[in-house]
Amino acid sequence: MDASLLTENLSYILPEIVISAALIIIVLFDLIFHNDKRIIPYLAVAGLAVAGFFIIDQFSFEGSAFATSSSANNFGMITVDNFGSFFKLFVVCVSILIVFFSFSSEEIQKTFDRLGEYYALIFGMILGMIILVSASDLILIYLALELLSLSSYVLAGFTKLRDRNSEASLKYLIFGGVSSGLMLFGISIIYGMTGTTNLYLINPLLQAPNLNLITVSFAMILIFTGIGYKISSAPFHFWTPDVYEGAPIVITAFLSVASKAAGFALLIRLIKTTFVTFTSPDGYWQLINAFDWQALLIIISIFTMTLGNFTALWQNNLKRMLAYSSIAHAGYLLLGLVVMSDQGLTAILIYFVFYALMNLGAFYIIMLIANKTGSEEIDDYTGLGSAAPFLGVSLAIFLVSLTGLPPTAGFIGKLYIFIALVDAKMIAVAIIALLNTVVSLYYYVRVLKHMYLQKSDSPKDAILPSTGQILFILILLVPTLLFGVYFTPIVTFAKNSISLLGF
Amino acid sequence: MENSQLLTYLLFTPIVGSLIILFIKPDQEKLIRWMGVFISGVAFVISMIIYVAFDSSNPAFQFIHKVLWIESLNVSYHVGIDGISLLLVMLTTFLTPLTLISSWKGITKQVKMFTFSMLFLQAGMLGVFIALDMFLFYVFWEVMLIPMYFIIGVWGGVERIYAAVKFFIYTMFGSLLMLVAIIWLAVYASEPLGYFTTNLLELYQVGPTIPNEIQYYMFMAFFFSFAIKVPLFPLHTWLPDAHVQAPTAGSVILAGVLLKMGTYGLLRFNLPLFPQSSVHFAPFISILAVIGIIYGALVAMVQSDMKKLVAYSSVSHLGFVVLGIFAFTTESLQGAVIQMVNHGLSTGALFLLVGFIYERTHNREISYYGGLAKLVPFFAFALLFTSLSSIGLPGLNGFIGEFLILVGSFQSQVLDSWWFTIFAASGVIFAAVYLLWMYERVVFGKVTNPKLEGLTDLDAREMFVLIPIFILIVWIGIYPSTFLDISDTSVKTILDNVINNTYNFFS
Repeated sequence: MDASLLTENLSYILPEIVISAALIIIVLFDLIFHNDKRIIPYLAVAGLAVAGFFIIDQFSFEGSAFATSSSANNFGMITVDNFGSFFKLFVVCVSILIVFFSFSSEEIQKTFDRLGEYYALIFGMILGMIILVSASDLILIYLALELLSLSSYVLAGFTKLRDRNSEASLKYLIFGGVSSGLMLFGISIIYGMTGTTNLYLINPLLQAPNLNLITVSFAMILIFTGIGYKISSAPFHFWTPDVYEGAPIVITAFLSVASKAAGFALLIRLIKTTFVTFTSPDGYWQLINAFDWQALLIIISIFTMTLGNFTALWQNNLKRMLAYSSIAHAGYLLLGLVVMSDQGLTAILIYFVFYALMNLGAFYIIMLIANKTGSEEIDDYTGLGSAAPFLGVSLAIFLVSLTGLPPTAGFIGKLYIFIALVDAKMIAVAIIALLNTVVSLYYYVRVLKHMYLQKSDSPKDAILPSTGQILFILILLVPTLLFGVYFTPIVTFAKNSISLLGF
Repeated sequence: MENSQLLTYLLFTPIVGSLIILFIKPDQEKLIRWMGVFISGVAFVISMIIYVAFDSSNPAFQFIHKVLWIESLNVSYHVGIDGISLLLVMLTTFLTPLTLISSWKGITKQVKMFTFSMLFLQAGMLGVFIALDMFLFYVFWEVMLIPMYFIIGVWGGVERIYAAVKFFIYTMFGSLLMLVAIIWLAVYASEPLGYFTTNLLELYQVGPTIPNEIQYYMFMAFFFSFAIKVPLFPLHTWLPDAHVQAPTAGSVILAGVLLKMGTYGLLRFNLPLFPQSSVHFAPFISILAVIGIIYGALVAMVQSDMKKLVAYSSVSHLGFVVLGIFAFTTESLQGAVIQMVNHGLSTGALFLLVGFIYERTHNREISYYGGLAKLVPFFAFALLFTSLSSIGLPGLNGFIGEFLILVGSFQSQVLDSWWFTIFAASGVIFAAVYLLWMYERVVFGKVTNPKLEGLTDLDAREMFVLIPIFILIVWIGIYPSTFLDISDTSVKTILDNVINNTYNFFS
């Protein structure tokens, strides 16, 4: 590879380079300046901001980098397109929020002396995620997934304060290890059949007439295992409740939003570049007849949301309840993919933006309350509406939004998913989804019921958030309400972000 | 039209008002109460201005205000009213200040949040009645659930939490079905129209052209949602819980306005959008309505709790409205519309009276009372007057509505059977039985319960709440044309549309 080509290729991965550099700077800074750990979060934000700048710079630019000599058409291992940039920007924005989130986390502040490690691991996750959303080579995908997973295993048990932390970490590791092993097996089968690991090159080979469809299906199910585990879809969700409950709330929030988004981005890219031949003018994808993704995804999504919602009904720990609720949301999100259309993909992107706002908001308030009361049990929320008026109202709005009631952003997210489903004439599936929403109403409203309708036996101490905390909540709360009544910018942004390289 | 922003002013009066209330300190209860009455009073004045400027001979929607809201979905903020909406808008603006005044004594905790919720609720109800865009309609329809949930759940009776959750989940289930149907309709209509829209007036053009096998499903989805709200037998089970547990003001608004949203929805959406299905399902729905009339009355008869009795009587009375709608004659539809108003007034007044006496004794059991005529003569008279109005005594409002519905259903070509009228008419008799029987046990006889000694009669504030309602009850009873004229043209427009689209059936 000559120098000019290398420079050009490197320019494609500027955001990744910035994140790697920030990771190294954080580690070095931590080693050299032991006493100035306070500065590390700001370094992290600065690194993320620079990466964000380069990502925005890459918008409406398409290209493929690091092509091996054998690959025709110059399709390489890294793809830069609007779809990838959208998810990179999403991950970076969520990460910035997570840094501020960590400021208020007592769990993280208690381990202040290890702050450098904490942010190094967070950046490991971020790097894994942004490579994952732009990788178009199975090997690179696997490596990015492992980088993401390994960092998150450690973070899940980072605080070491309680046994639950270590339990969460270990469970996460075991489940993750098994599913990534299965995924690697699937990848090896695909490589054996096609002789390449590049998604773009696999596509034409899958259209060969004498293809063994059973083997392809087998391999794809194995690969889906690895992705299903990342997006916590049933039946690969078993780790979710335990890890979400055991991990520090910051990490739970991060996993439930960013890591899930990266998993979805991977799934979408895999399906679209490997299995779609062309997109019809009305936005529907024509799939290669090698593997029936639609059937698999319908079953998985219905199973996921039903299981998530019904199990959430019985939860008394709010973190655990939100874990099941995030499983259910994975199910709703999968519905956007089930329709295999541009409308569905737009709906997923819109949903992710809103989901990030409301889910982070809900977790943040639960953390603030847990900081004071030391509990996430729903019984301890009784009468909280009067003890913590601002937190109570904000949590109520986030939960209403998670339910999907107007005039909140959550409603708009669901609305677009429903529109995509009805447009694809999948009305039965839409009705199953709405029945699920009714079920979810019950457990979200149950929190409101405890906060506002039930009287507590003992008077509660007032919980007053600091100015910074109020500001952070408002950053999430105002858009949650605003996008409920005016969401055109987000929709436009999402519509511009569905283009994948080559499609 | 030049006054086209009046409806927006009307809608935003309670919204802005509720926000103002948020900024008053919670301990300024008196100020908050007066603010609430003042704001809802302003809304009433605006609705009166609209009434004066309204042209009831014009079949089109009036006071239309349309602003493009969401480009990507082609959704507009689009409001406008016809005669039917105007009546219900006036009912809403009329009842809200009265209920606020009525709750001055009953609601003592968290007055600020209560007033806020009531005004927010009013905005939601007005929005439902004036929205001409399905998306906007759905938003208001859902937004209303949250304040109502809190009104029942925070200020309600002993079983309030159960009732609030049940109310929420029941209604939510129905409205989500409607959401799917709205999307389905809009997606379906985007083919003949060439673009996606949720504009009701444009969808009116497409609805009747949908082939029956699809239309039936869409009709059922809308119908199901509205039937839960009405509530139509057998979907009524949330109603007794919610009505009984809600505070007086909540019950009045629930019975007076919220239930009307269901029947209004049938008139505004089901009939014009799906005329073929409406006629197709009319006999089936009318059977449910008649069952509801009789079932509600019979269950009301055996209640020992006054508030429950009134709650079940709502099931019965709303059955009349639904029967009137699906009989498809001018008389029956006019009767249904005026009966919506009547029920709001009479049942609202009944709930108020039960609430007033409950505030004094903290007991709603019929057997607890007896001989109230001697103790509280004004109350006794008011209860008699309201009961008679609810029964349908000629000269009072209930008679007009029920008479028109019965006459209309008797002539109905769609139902084509006298049995509907005959069975429904028995509901009137049952109503006389349960209300007068309750009246006898509560008001007549000797004072058997020593705790009732020293009971005070209605005070000036309570009279002030009741007298406007009574004036309207007599007004509608004696000279109903004032009100029938408002909705006459609109009802005929809806009916003509149904007849034109189901020509084979009516010829």
